[in-house]
Amino acid sequence: MAKLMDWIDDRFPATKVWQEHMAQYYAPKNFNFWYYFGSLALLVLVMQIATGIVLTMHYKPDVSLAFASVEYTMRDVPAGWFMRYLHSVGASMFFITVYLHMFRAMLYGSYKGPRELIWLLGMVIYIALMAEAFFGYLLPWGNMSYWGAQVIISLFGAIPWIGEGLAEWIRGDFVVSDATLNRFFAFHVILLPLLLAMLVYLHIVALHKVGSNNPDGIEIKKQKDAEGRPLDGIPFHPYYTVKDLFGVSVFMALFLAIVFFAPELDGWFLEKDNFQPADILQTPPEIVPLWYLTPYYSILRAVTFEWLPGGAKLWGVMAMGLAIVLFFFLPWLDRSRVRSIRYRGWMYKTMLMLFAVNFVMLGYLGTKNPGHVDLIWFKNLVWAQIGLVFYFAFFLLMPIYTKLDRTKPEPDRVTG
Amino acid sequence: MAEDTDNDRRRMLTTVTTGVGLAGAGALAVPFVASMMPSARAKAAGAPVEADISKLPEGQMLTVEWRGKPVFIIRRTAQMIKDLPGIREKLADPDSEVKTQQPVYAKNEYRSIKPDILVVLGVCTHLGCAPTKKFEQGKASGVSDDWVGGFFCPCHGSAFDLAGRVYRSVPAPTNLEVPPYSFLSDNRILIGVGPEDTA
Repeated sequence: MAKLMDWIDDRFPATKVWQEHMAQYYAPKNFNFWYYFGSLALLVLVMQIATGIVLTMHYKPDVSLAFASVEYTMRDVPAGWFMRYLHSVGASMFFITVYLHMFRAMLYGSYKGPRELIWLLGMVIYIALMAEAFFGYLLPWGNMSYWGAQVIISLFGAIPWIGEGLAEWIRGDFVVSDATLNRFFAFHVILLPLLLAMLVYLHIVALHKVGSNNPDGIEIKKQKDAEGRPLDGIPFHPYYTVKDLFGVSVFMALFLAIVFFAPELDGWFLEKDNFQPADILQTPPEIVPLWYLTPYYSILRAVTFEWLPGGAKLWGVMAMGLAIVLFFFLPWLDRSRVRSIRYRGWMYKTMLMLFAVNFVMLGYLGTKNPGHVDLIWFKNLVWAQIGLVFYFAFFLLMPIYTKLDRTKPEPDRVTG
Repeated sequence: MAEDTDNDRRRMLTTVTTGVGLAGAGALAVPFVASMMPSARAKAAGAPVEADISKLPEGQMLTVEWRGKPVFIIRRTAQMIKDLPGIREKLADPDSEVKTQQPVYAKNEYRSIKPDILVVLGVCTHLGCAPTKKFEQGKASGVSDDWVGGFFCPCHGSAFDLAGRVYRSVPAPTNLEVPPYSFLSDNRILIGVGPEDTA
């Protein structure tokens, strides 16, 4: 065995990579609950690829066959229902883990220097993931698939001059059609999975270059022992591989409970209108994307001010785009001296908590009719407009309130 | 040997080679991008369709498919036609000034060739949803108490009147599009071809 490893190591740096990235990769010893979600997101990616491969074996990317082929997978393919529900629930679980992973970064300032590139790569992953989810949602060719694609592609039509041509180019037709379904299939099973795998690899390479942040937001590399190992670091393997495996077991229990007992989660993970084949003459009563895109959808719909030059539609699309793009600038908008929320003052703490509540509220409103009253006092539209203003205030005022905020001194060593 | 190196020449050659390479890569991108444009078959699929409205009662709507889009045909009642001028001030473009939204022969107060027959694309000008018909008046419509009948888009709340004219302060920027159409006879409409083209 040792001889075999020697033979391999002379030709490929297997042991070296294992040591550098697992057995002798020192991660801060004070990782808490929030640090599960990176490895869980990776687990979901692997599961989506595995179940996705099985689904492609039975799926037909043709408008006259697609819907029936999915139902065939559900009913006639052995364990087909299981693969399909793992995949459809997996999509939502992917976003749950990614959103919590991002929130962790905002709690502990993980995006701050020298980890800006990890954050930027992560944001590109997030956008690729939204695209992947959107392309995948068209494939069952349900009525919500069709109308959702219709609306999202029309967003590009709002861009002045080139918009209509661009939308046609994306669809490959003048309407969402067989050409669109076929190319979305190609994007969903080839282009974006390849891109995601590459980006995740780069995300981890960048992480291992600078090392993980931790709940105290201090650099463990500043305090080293005689052999140059961080005093507050422990080897990733076996400590965190075991910790992450515990996380995996709890996560999988939840995941499978949903798959077995509520795979549609009452319309939140699979919308009811999508159990009807696409009907180009009949829009569903409410066109709503799945929950993970609804915060942005809310922002899109909240812009109804026709007096804006260029019209409300264009500004709605721009506001939605900007809402996503602003995340990229977080490392430079945050001017605080400290990383972790533990040593920040009341301003950032308040703003971050409000931002989280606001994000959830926008997400909820995105699933509701703007003209109805589902919260208190005002129509949903008004709440969405309030939410929009706060959303942008959180980012655009960040240089001011993070600078003004009274921070506490950081410790030299992690506090556990 | 090193002293003999003509660095300027090397730099120039590198620049030129890079430039040619980039131009080649750019040229190669063209077929890749072009392959995603609508195909010849997609372009050819735009044939006109015929609709028979002999069985369409007053105050009702018929939907036909033209170029993959729903086309609404409504036979307006006398009351509906009478109500059209009444809500002018609530509309963003009551006189159909936006030229792209209707052929010239439908740029009138009814936005149609015949006052009672309205033909519009059932495609919301906001983001392409199909607006739903809300022909009841007032509260019964579920839209608002002073609703006089029209179309309401469930996606983002855009509202249109019974001539497909868009209300103010809704996300949709323009009136519903009137496709080219013409009457083959009293009860047969040809969608996709205007009256001047058939003559």
